[in-house]
Amino acid sequence: MDHKPLCAEGVDYQYAESDWQLFPASFSVMKGEILGIIGPNGSGKSTLLKIAARALSPKAGQVLLEGKDMGKMNRREIARRLAYLPQNAESHLDYAVEEVVAMGRFPYLKGPGFLSSHDMDVVTRCLLQTETECYRERPLSRLSGGERQRVLLASVIAQEPKVLLLDEPTSALDIHHQVRFFTLLNDLVAGGLAVAVVTHDLNLASLFSDRLLLLKGGKIIHQGSLEEILKSQILRETYGDGMEIMRHPTTGRPVVLPTAGSGSHEEGKS
Amino acid sequence: MTAILTPKRFALLMTAYALLALVIFAVAPFFGSESLAFNNVVDALFSHRAHVDADIFFYHRIPRVLLAFLVGGSLAVAGGALQVVLRNPLAEPFILGIAGGGAVGAVIAISVPGLFIRAGPFSSVQLLTLLGCIICIGGIYWLARSPLGISMTTILLAGVTINILCGAAILLVRYLVSPHLLVAMDRWMMGGLDVVGYRELSALLPLLLPGLALLFMQGHALNQLAFGEEMAVGHGVNVASVQKQVFLGTGLATAGAVSLAGPIGFVGLIIPHAVRRLSGVDHRVVLPASFCLGGAFLTVCDLVARTVVAPTEMPVGIITALVGGPVFLRILLKRGKVR
Repeated sequence: MDHKPLCAEGVDYQYAESDWQLFPASFSVMKGEILGIIGPNGSGKSTLLKIAARALSPKAGQVLLEGKDMGKMNRREIARRLAYLPQNAESHLDYAVEEVVAMGRFPYLKGPGFLSSHDMDVVTRCLLQTETECYRERPLSRLSGGERQRVLLASVIAQEPKVLLLDEPTSALDIHHQVRFFTLLNDLVAGGLAVAVVTHDLNLASLFSDRLLLLKGGKIIHQGSLEEILKSQILRETYGDGMEIMRHPTTGRPVVLPTAGSGSHEEGKS
Repeated sequence: MTAILTPKRFALLMTAYALLALVIFAVAPFFGSESLAFNNVVDALFSHRAHVDADIFFYHRIPRVLLAFLVGGSLAVAGGALQVVLRNPLAEPFILGIAGGGAVGAVIAISVPGLFIRAGPFSSVQLLTLLGCIICIGGIYWLARSPLGISMTTILLAGVTINILCGAAILLVRYLVSPHLLVAMDRWMMGGLDVVGYRELSALLPLLLPGLALLFMQGHALNQLAFGEEMAVGHGVNVASVQKQVFLGTGLATAGAVSLAGPIGFVGLIIPHAVRRLSGVDHRVVLPASFCLGGAFLTVCDLVARTVVAPTEMPVGIITALVGGPVFLRILLKRGKVR
């Protein structure tokens, strides 16, 4: 039987010494799609993604990775199938670009972790795929934000994963680099990857997602197609008044336009 | 050429660092308040003809240089690993409060001469220093346990707090004891390498060897942790286990070094930075290279301490700070210009 790449069943979470909680949540990510995870600040987007990446263990429920319970797999087994790019990954140590990408081979390496020629080929391929091959020997700190984010993407796809989880991968980038990053992602998805992206940018989510998952106050309140979720009524319930929907002039996808001065309500967790 | 570490480059770098260490290690014992003739030492070695130069060389100088090397190397490795795990370039072994705890133990041992005992190769000062270190490590570990392994922020804060508490305890003891003991205490706090024969050295090994082995094994995983715990988890690193092993390894190595040599500063802070500047930031290289360079550095500092004011000695902690401080400031200044 063909298993879904990633399937979470009733996972919940509560941080120590906090009233906020993630209510039992179920969702799955399919092969060859980008799932956009959206919602206001503090709605639990990042927490949900961390649980899916096993960076946090759910208090209840389970996450199945290609049909296997992640709780029963070790870190390396997980990392050979699932890659996770957290928010704000940076280092005070100045690694060269290709060293960073080579770090993605960690789950395949043993002992001192020297790369085989196959590993080197994978690293080069990932550099080429993310259009960062030309900087391979430069220190990461010399690159612009957009270039750096593509290098980090190369580093996680060097794990040769089936599932890719990204947390706000483009929130610090200008619009040109945002589009370039997501175009790269589209190519990867065309190769059969299952991708979930957390983003607070509804329009970016609309441009590149195949499906959306909307969170509010620690609950998944809607899952479905763009058309089902990017409706002004649903968005007003979630984000407050003054959310208008238009059509993108060339793609026809929904575009969200907030109205200035409209009230928006606060959420619990910051 | 590639920036990725290959076995060939690893071997090349390690050979270079080992050679440097070896040269320093071979030359240093010949210098000191008494200058030793090379001939006499070699003669005694091969023809069993006793000579005072040879006795000084084998029973005084060699163990002393060995101690300087082991202590310097261990502190540098511990510092290098902590800087990554705590993600803080200013981290060093004493930031965990280990030295503070050790100092309290030493000060108590010195202030109560009735406590003076020898148990095998250990003196009471060493034993109480070790006890102080262990209590501190245990306490910090207990405070910093978290569901995801160890909270590194808590470790930093707990370490700083424990250092302050220990400082207060030391002041209290100093206030209470008779003044002539203060000199011995001050001398211990400055750090020195003047207490050894082979027996004391052998007492170090059960702490240093497992500590260093634990740290060296983490080199590959430490590279991953440089980008944060979550990124490392995503790449397949068992972060909690790496943190625990680094913490334990640092504790063992530092406790061993402090118990015999007192708190010798700066080696654990600057040597790893110097190594990263010289040969890159891959910690499979940084850790063993820090051992070689840290050992060589402290050996040279000790050489200076033994010779500049001969026939007496200066505490080596003064030399490391005098040499290390300006070098470190220079690194900071340079970095300031680049950014």
